[in-house]
Amino acid sequence: MTKLTDLTIAEARRGLAAKDFTAVDLAEAHIAAMEAHAGLNAYVTPTPDTAREMAAASDARIAKGEAGAMEGIPLAIKDLFCTDGTRTTAGSNILGNFVPPYESTVSANLWGAGAVLLGKANLDEFAMGSSNTTSAFGGAVNPWTRAAEPDRQLVPGGSSGGSAAAVAARLALGATGTDTGGSIRQPASFCGISGLKPTYGRCSRWGIVAFASSLDQAGPMARTVGDVAIMLGAMAGHDPKDSTSAPVAVPDFTAALEQGVKGLTVGIPKEYRPDEGLSPEIEAIWTRGMEMLKDAGAETVDISLPHTKYALATYYIIAPAEASSNLARYDGVRYGLRVLDEGDGLNDMYCKTRAAGFGAEVKRRILIGTYALSAGYYDAYYLKAQKVRSLIAKDFKDAFDTSVDVILTPTTPSAAFPMDDEPTDPVTMYLNDVFTVPTSLAGLPGLSVPVALTEQGLPQGLQLIGRPFDEETVLRAGRALEKAAAFTATPRLLEG
Amino acid sequence: MDATPAPAYVLTGETGDWEVVIGLEVHAQVISTAKLFSGASTTFGAAPNSQVSLVDAAMPGMLPVINRACVEQAVRTGLGLRAHINNRSVFARKNYFYADLPQGYQISQYELPVVGEGKVILDMPDGSSRTVGIERLHLEQDAGKSLHDQHPTKSFIDLNRSGVALMEIVSKPDMRSPEEAGAYLRKLRSILRYLGTCDGNMEEGSMRADVNVSVRPVGDTGLRTRCEVKNVNSVRFVMQAIEVEAQRHIEIWESGGTVDQETRLFDPAKGETRSMRSKEEAHDYRYFPDPDLLPLEFDDAFVENIRATLPELPDDKKARFIADYGLTPYDASVLVVDRREADFFEAVAKGRDGKTAANWVISTLFGTLNKKGVGIEDSPVSAENLGKLIDLIADDTISGRIAKDVYEIMVETGGAPDAIVEERGLKQVTDTGAIEAAIDAVMAANPDKVAEVKGGKEKLLGWFTGQVMKATQGKANPGMVNDLLKKKILG
Repeated sequence: MTKLTDLTIAEARRGLAAKDFTAVDLAEAHIAAMEAHAGLNAYVTPTPDTAREMAAASDARIAKGEAGAMEGIPLAIKDLFCTDGTRTTAGSNILGNFVPPYESTVSANLWGAGAVLLGKANLDEFAMGSSNTTSAFGGAVNPWTRAAEPDRQLVPGGSSGGSAAAVAARLALGATGTDTGGSIRQPASFCGISGLKPTYGRCSRWGIVAFASSLDQAGPMARTVGDVAIMLGAMAGHDPKDSTSAPVAVPDFTAALEQGVKGLTVGIPKEYRPDEGLSPEIEAIWTRGMEMLKDAGAETVDISLPHTKYALATYYIIAPAEASSNLARYDGVRYGLRVLDEGDGLNDMYCKTRAAGFGAEVKRRILIGTYALSAGYYDAYYLKAQKVRSLIAKDFKDAFDTSVDVILTPTTPSAAFPMDDEPTDPVTMYLNDVFTVPTSLAGLPGLSVPVALTEQGLPQGLQLIGRPFDEETVLRAGRALEKAAAFTATPRLLEG
Repeated sequence: MDATPAPAYVLTGETGDWEVVIGLEVHAQVISTAKLFSGASTTFGAAPNSQVSLVDAAMPGMLPVINRACVEQAVRTGLGLRAHINNRSVFARKNYFYADLPQGYQISQYELPVVGEGKVILDMPDGSSRTVGIERLHLEQDAGKSLHDQHPTKSFIDLNRSGVALMEIVSKPDMRSPEEAGAYLRKLRSILRYLGTCDGNMEEGSMRADVNVSVRPVGDTGLRTRCEVKNVNSVRFVMQAIEVEAQRHIEIWESGGTVDQETRLFDPAKGETRSMRSKEEAHDYRYFPDPDLLPLEFDDAFVENIRATLPELPDDKKARFIADYGLTPYDASVLVVDRREADFFEAVAKGRDGKTAANWVISTLFGTLNKKGVGIEDSPVSAENLGKLIDLIADDTISGRIAKDVYEIMVETGGAPDAIVEERGLKQVTDTGAIEAAIDAVMAANPDKVAEVKGGKEKLLGWFTGQVMKATQGKANPGMVNDLLKKKILG
């Protein structure tokens, strides 16, 4: 029999239903794996006791025939989702000891469907980063390594790097992530798993520590497109507590999965071959992806998304602007870190608390955002960025209205890079998100599916982008790509 | 504003006459059971931090959800101010750090407020009217409260007020005297109370005013630099603050200086304003649309449904009182200030002489309420009884003088006037025989005075009337006494 940790969510559901094993067995197998691979630092806070309790409760429900859609499925929850009674850090010192007295809507939905919490997954601080190295708890490690440098640790990507590493290393059957500019899709690509950023408004943001409110969106990360579809069904839904959550019905995302891509038109945007040149290797993988979809019956057409080149700059105005305001609440007054010396006044407390509590990248973005919103600069930066954002969204809308059902692009411009070789220049780091940011700005669903290994033996994903609230078509195309790619490689870590 | 009015209020300085230009920003706490963006209660006076939701405390990941009732109240107020209602408005974040501002920003409205331009009509004491323009009304969250007097070195924070809905009502710079500013505040408060959208209680802080003051030489039309005097918490203090601030500006201009734009605080104890923040120190609030909230949108039907439930407002009521009851504009404006007082008046005036009813209510009853320090709802005299009292005078059951006594007994006992008159035998004596007997007795006792009247000193007749009234304990009908006296003495 396959190891319990190697199962897909779909397989695990069948096994649990058939009583081949129990939810407790499943949880124990993962707890053992988490202990064995603690060095990956995928979890900030493992919760084995909670996992055992929840799994036992799951078994009881299965016995009574009351199994939910995610019954007994052990998950990693990105440590940006507030979990009632379990420390929630956002990867930051400022929330290092914060234990919320409430549960995020998305995680509550998952528990309602029967899922089991294995622990809180590592992330870039406040989800700000593309490498996981901005985490106050040290970066998570990618279970994959370059073929030629098996001992050189690679980043798992970010910000949902702990989630991606945990799923890829078989330390969870699935994980929640959040994606603001690529934080689900980029680490999914780096770690060889599937990850979906749903349409903005598909999943509730209530109880998720905010980074950039107009962009943040929770989504599933798993080892198959089918598992992503199952998880999304359990996570999504309108939430009256989130005014930006869309009052739309949640379809059965698994229903259309196997319908194939025959008759679908796949757009290939020329602007995703930037002037500086796309690495020939990534371009080749992209081309293979196109061929796979064509062979499966889709038609590909070249399209233009003319404002793509402004997306990254636009994103790095809007996201920090919102973050600078969202992070003002971490002031040492009510919860979290407080640094206050004898005789200090209020301003001293603010300065010391925030200086000690926030890391360099978070501070950088607070400064950028504060600047962009300042009197005299607002029109030139924030307002202009909002206008460009509308144009970027319109590019996509025009493409979907006139010619295509789904768009195929690379997820990232490169595969995972070494932890000891991460770009020291923040702008170079920001370029990691060049292909994912436009989708975020437009609020569209984007799915990364692992398609191939690079020459260095690292996974590389392709991104499928769809119409608003048309995750079904995205998942359907993703499933076709997955089938054609037959990506079965696993991290070397799992061998032997 | 009315076209080119002559300045009613002129301050004379060393170099000439000055006019003061005033605009008010009023923060009015919305009457609602829950806060603007959370379900927490808004009751005043609860134990500290007992009415705080996760949203109000700005816990990580918490999101605001607009309270429909507060939006209705804002629209209702806008309609009461005869203002343009914006079917689409936007909430924005006003960013600044303070210990009692948990989010680190206040959710307010900036570029697109829910209510646009409107007007308030002032009723001046001389019976004239002035119009003050309303620039806008927007919804925003209140902050919590910092308590600095609970501990020798620490400040305490009470978040009960955090997130409570406020309406910021901004006037145009249309006022020209402290009296107009006072009349504006009183009228605004009256309208809000009629509408039931704010209790207008300045002492509890549910209505607070920021006063913008500048001065200019009489005849100038341009505006000079203004100062904003923050958080003045009574009508009287607003008027005082304007006076001293205007005086300060005049002194600066006349001594060759320039007024700096700044935010100031009024110190009622010292009767002066003090600088709080200069323009350089002014916060950069970094307003931007709140990405947690969708634009606030509603259709015309939403507005019309609210309009359909509006009560008769003070201006309309005043016009009706003048037309229906023949009141003077001044009396009418006094009576309509408070809706319950206006209702009381109407209950008294119904089917009776309006002017008489107005006199009784304004001159007599309001005096009693003032003296007792109670509101109309606790009036010791009911409208029904006051009406009956007026009836007793009208049908000559009692005299006006006796009526005053009966009224005082009504105040003391809360009794009905007819019963009091009956029990205490205060009925007017209209029996000619009884009155003649009293007259005869007075004449018999004062033959010299009778002679004087007969000799032409008719003024003395009044003295005789008084004596007869005294002899009948005021119960004699004074008209009859007069007639009979004339007949008996002068023949």
